[in-house]
Amino acid sequence: MSAKKMNSLQAVNAALHQAMAEDDKVIVLGEDIADREGGGVTGATAGLSTKFGDDRVKSTPISEQAIIGAAIGAALAGYKPVAEIMLMNFTAVAMDMIFNHAAKLRFMSGGQSTVPITIRTLTGAGWQTAGQHADHLEGWFAHTAGIKVVAPSNPADYAGLLLSCIQDPDPCIFIESAGSLFIPAEVPDVIVPVPLGKARIVQEGTDVTIVSWSSQVIRCQQALAPLAEAGISVELIDLRTVSPWDKEAVLASVAKTGRAVIAHEAVRHFGPGGEIASTIAEELFGQLKAPVRRLGAPYSPVPFAKVLEDAYIVSPDRVVETVKALMA
Amino acid sequence: MAELSNAPAPTPDQLVDIYRRMIRIERNDDAIRKTIRLGRLVMPYYSARGQEVIPATLSSLMTDDDKICTIYRGIHDMVAKDMPLRPLWAEIAGRVDGTCKGKGGPMHLTHPESGVMVTTGIVGSSMPIANGLAWAAKLDGSRRVTIAYFGDGASNIGAFHESLNLASVWKLPVIFVCQNNGFAEHTRYENGTSVDFIAKRAIGYGMPGHTVDGNDPLAMFAAAHDAITRARDGEGPTLLECKTFRFHGHVLGDDDKYMTKEEKAAAIEKDPLPAFKAWLIEQGHATEETLATMQATIEAEIEDAQEFGLASPLPSVDELRRDVFAQEIPA
Repeated sequence: MSAKKMNSLQAVNAALHQAMAEDDKVIVLGEDIADREGGGVTGATAGLSTKFGDDRVKSTPISEQAIIGAAIGAALAGYKPVAEIMLMNFTAVAMDMIFNHAAKLRFMSGGQSTVPITIRTLTGAGWQTAGQHADHLEGWFAHTAGIKVVAPSNPADYAGLLLSCIQDPDPCIFIESAGSLFIPAEVPDVIVPVPLGKARIVQEGTDVTIVSWSSQVIRCQQALAPLAEAGISVELIDLRTVSPWDKEAVLASVAKTGRAVIAHEAVRHFGPGGEIASTIAEELFGQLKAPVRRLGAPYSPVPFAKVLEDAYIVSPDRVVETVKALMA
Repeated sequence: MAELSNAPAPTPDQLVDIYRRMIRIERNDDAIRKTIRLGRLVMPYYSARGQEVIPATLSSLMTDDDKICTIYRGIHDMVAKDMPLRPLWAEIAGRVDGTCKGKGGPMHLTHPESGVMVTTGIVGSSMPIANGLAWAAKLDGSRRVTIAYFGDGASNIGAFHESLNLASVWKLPVIFVCQNNGFAEHTRYENGTSVDFIAKRAIGYGMPGHTVDGNDPLAMFAAAHDAITRARDGEGPTLLECKTFRFHGHVLGDDDKYMTKEEKAAAIEKDPLPAFKAWLIEQGHATEETLATMQATIEAEIEDAQEFGLASPLPSVDELRRDVFAQEIPA
């Protein structure tokens, strides 16, 4: 199968092109997304309006509630809308539509309503955009029954998971994270959907399991070489879907290694790592060789100053230290 | 704000059909309130008694294919749209035969076959979703229309403003129908709303806006006809402000102390139902007998629905794992 090297934003663009070509029920909306407005602030939607027309690809006013509401309504009428909320912090403006409506309409209608929308949204620290443009809010959405939360780390998964979100009958939040966007890798010319809820073993190992997702996977990968040099065999799991998460893969790995670290860019306090850590503790208590550790951002808004932002992010060095401490 | 309407006068059949929808709403509301008082139904109830003319008239001009999104005070909108009453009653009783299997309840009744697409308990949230249904109609190349019902209080929430703007920019086949009953929950209209007429807000969004006597079937018919025709013809959205009054306060059981006894009595005195019935008979469009027969048929339908609903089984706790996602969550 032939493939091309591209970064994750280009992979998103390729997946959107493929999804729209394969199914004329796929429609796209969001701020600045049409080519007249530049094809999206990141270029992720470039070329779509030119190729598929202004009816199926619509730039919107800066009205996040109206964007998600329009996506929900079109979904109720049989379409598969992909809505872009430019930045994840802006989902706060549309939270009623996401949390009270998209996530709940299937249940509250006794299964009559189906809301197959995908909400693509960009976030992540590292660009000095400070406290209202960079939060990793997957925990908010994972805490809401009825919505799937997807957070890829590499171009092939960005493409394959986005296709799965679009085809999925349930609403999905698809997180595009700064720290993972511009690392090129091969993406097949014909993108194959990557199943939701299935983790990927990035590296097999026997001493410690690291569970991560989104940009934090990249920082964990950077920790692998120093840990190998220290003689520690690490199994790194990229969860890919935060909710529903691949409990089986994680428990099978920790049952083997007996040690677990959960690392994410989201704030650690009440963060999604807590759910995974407590599940491991409940299911594998007797088999653990060390306490389960969690790594996440401090209990702080994302800062502006570079020195603070660097300290906010869980660095590869911190991953190395934490794993070494577990083995001591 | 009234403008000359292009609407033809309603035919006698249309007038009687509007009355049929009104009396079906009123009889059903009466039965729900009685059943709650008897303790046979336990539910929060936001009666729309007094607001019947608005959805009855609009629904008389809609087809089964046309959609509505409504709110917690919305059972009248569904009954007007000819939603079957058996699943309605089973739902408000929280039973398995309810249209939502007892998982939505009276504030969230949904019945897509009748075009009842969403019923929201969040003020203002019918509007953003109605836009999406209208966008889909455009994509389908269909002439169907979508109505978003909401109250006067909802015109002060952001969703209203975002939705009207988007609908206008996208020229969507949607009608924003504000049922202005003079009170946002307990707050009197003028204490919470910056303009004397909500219809004026349409000017800010580049669409026609009309204030109509929502208790006058003829005025409502003309306004509804114009707005629906405009939407079907692809000319875009309309904001209708329909002035009315709710007879039973915000939620059944509230003490109405935010209004005077006199104004409530005066509003009830102007109950559109008996007045419209007398007018139909006086004009020779119907007789006392034909309307009595119609009412008896409706009452029988309601009684049947009530018994059906209250006899329907309670849902199994397994329902907590169903319909969260398309795929059932394992036990």
